[in-house]
Amino acid sequence: MVAKITPEIAAQDGYKFGFNDNDNATYTYRTEKGLSEAVVREISAAKKEDEWMRNFRLRSYQHFLQKPMPTGFWGGSIQNYDLDFNDIYYYARASDRPEQDWADVPEYIKDTFDKLGIPEAEKKSLIAGVGAQYDSEVVYHSIREDLEKLGVIFTDMDSAVRDYPDMVKQYFGTIIPPADNKFAALNSAVWSGGSFVYVPAGVKVDIPLQAYFRINKENMGQFERTLIIAEEGSYVHYVEGCTAPTYSTDALHSAVVEIIVKKNARVRYTTIQNWSTNVYNLVTKRAAAYEGAVMEWVDGNLGSKLTMKYPSVYLMEPHAHGEILSLAMASSGQHQDAGAKIVHAAPDTTSTIISKSVAKGSGRTSYRGALKVYPGAVRSKATVRCDALLLDPESRSDTYPLMDIEEEQVNIGHEASVSKVGEDQLFYLQSRGLSEVDATKMIVNGFVEPIVKELPMEYAVELNRLIELQMEGAVG
Amino acid sequence: MADETLLKITGLTVAVDGKQILNGVDLTVNRGEIHAIMGPNGSGKSTLANALMGHPRYTVTGGQVLFKGEDIAGLSPDKRAQRGIFLALQYPTSIPGVTMVNFLRQAMKAVRGEDVPVREFREKLLATMKLLKVDEQFARRYVNEGFSGGEKKRAEVLQMGILDPDLAIMDETDSGLDIDALRTVAEGVNALTTPKLGIVLITHYQRLLNYIAPQFVHILYQGRIIESGGPELALQLEDQGYDPIIAKYAPVLAGATGEKA
Repeated sequence: MVAKITPEIAAQDGYKFGFNDNDNATYTYRTEKGLSEAVVREISAAKKEDEWMRNFRLRSYQHFLQKPMPTGFWGGSIQNYDLDFNDIYYYARASDRPEQDWADVPEYIKDTFDKLGIPEAEKKSLIAGVGAQYDSEVVYHSIREDLEKLGVIFTDMDSAVRDYPDMVKQYFGTIIPPADNKFAALNSAVWSGGSFVYVPAGVKVDIPLQAYFRINKENMGQFERTLIIAEEGSYVHYVEGCTAPTYSTDALHSAVVEIIVKKNARVRYTTIQNWSTNVYNLVTKRAAAYEGAVMEWVDGNLGSKLTMKYPSVYLMEPHAHGEILSLAMASSGQHQDAGAKIVHAAPDTTSTIISKSVAKGSGRTSYRGALKVYPGAVRSKATVRCDALLLDPESRSDTYPLMDIEEEQVNIGHEASVSKVGEDQLFYLQSRGLSEVDATKMIVNGFVEPIVKELPMEYAVELNRLIELQMEGAVG
Repeated sequence: MADETLLKITGLTVAVDGKQILNGVDLTVNRGEIHAIMGPNGSGKSTLANALMGHPRYTVTGGQVLFKGEDIAGLSPDKRAQRGIFLALQYPTSIPGVTMVNFLRQAMKAVRGEDVPVREFREKLLATMKLLKVDEQFARRYVNEGFSGGEKKRAEVLQMGILDPDLAIMDETDSGLDIDALRTVAEGVNALTTPKLGIVLITHYQRLLNYIAPQFVHILYQGRIIESGGPELALQLEDQGYDPIIAKYAPVLAGATGEKA
């Protein structure tokens, strides 16, 4: 039994995104609590979808009913938690369509995103496009005009289904089929919102596209669906951030992200997940990389009650490269079961996994990695490195590296370490005037530096700040 | 300012893991003075250094340490650093992922208790690095990560220069250095010497004292200072080793066992 995190506890923990705006929130439409075929039909009807998408949802719902809770590769022992699928709202709409001007977004929602600093970042041109999702629906979407002229599409997934049906039909659900796992099936049945990104051949999007996901309602489920298609020789960096109010009851976030990286294209997908500690974060993310393509996941998990997330790269053609940088921080009451999965399905493919995790209090981090090399994927090269840092005797970290290598002519390296913040390190820094808390922060910041340095500056600053917030009260 | 008493240790006893290492040390250091503490291995030199800095593994079991007149027994290492005590460690640990420049900046800010203007910090850093003959690239490396023995000692003296303490305790800063590195480090320390600074040099060998000249030399043996004198005492040690002094004090020590603690 996991103790409930109350707003008081969360406030002590320094989570500054725990506010809600329930006093103002009005929903133009929402389904009743719980899940049934009728609810799935209702969502589809509310979105005025074509038959193919409705049928896709209904088929997916059947898969959801039939699939057991994930076991095997998925960790986190979800069955030990009291996640109740019938205690969740699956669809709630506060705004009837995504706006392209913040002035048209309902005031209380705009206030929420203001507090999160989103319009500000847009004004400063730190990002090339923004999507903001509030509970089930995207409320704001914009993209820089010059990129639009070059044929770059960055819109919400619902609009894409309407406006680009052929492209969506061609790729939707092909990288992560609904039957992949119970949560992918759930998402496929009730999905709403998320981003659709299309980058034409040869186009390089110079600064990141940003999506922001906010759960506001108590007991809400957020099931966004993201699809990114990078044509030959193109480049895009997509960044997502996530927060939620702190409630004493649970919320569920279960996204599906599919990415297609074509010949010689490069996609980087960065996540800074900072859900409040009442959110179950059960996400399926997968990319297919073709000849000479590069796919990079930078995955930072700081929030949530339980996260189970293993971004994957399938290296489908020669010389494709996959890279996964995973960072997890677990404070008391949190379990970050994060990791990475790489599949070498072609010769001369290469991959790197770097995982860094920090646990404090009764927090628990697990690294769960899978590396698969198919026969014929000769001269494949893979490196895995995972390091865990424990801040006190109660915290816990485990490593579950799975390797399935069916080709002999390969080069595989694996290194793992678990370390504790040492008395000598603390003494050294304290003897230079730093307090015990500041010394611990410095050690942790140094530990995660190899991942943080991969982030754009503003995000690196933000991540360091979030880590420091989590570290307050870590000692003493 | 000179002659003002910085450090006054009386009857200090210290235990490590329940074992008594220091058995009653008395030592007074005034501003502007350099004191060398010498002694054979295991005599308690590093214990004295670490206890003065407040290392949690070293438990003070008796006696008193006054720094600028204040009893510092209850102060954590960071508070001691903020009051002006600096320890150059014999075996400084590495802090992966933290650059020297970031570390030094934060340490300087912490010791001063207020932000340091970037320009002032930069000028001080560059000047001190030049003094120690380390290139600018050094500041971008991670603290002690992959440092050679000589680089570690230079990094310690660099920290001393940046933090500008009133009392510097140098724990075997000469160990592991070849003759050129020793000269550079010693010249660095000499250049940092001011009338307000008191230095406690802990060393096993006399050779460091060829470069940094102490006014006072003390012999630590079995957790006590058994003899104090001027620079001639170090030369006598160089000549005859520790044995004659130890032999001379053996009866005294035997009689004194258990007197303190």
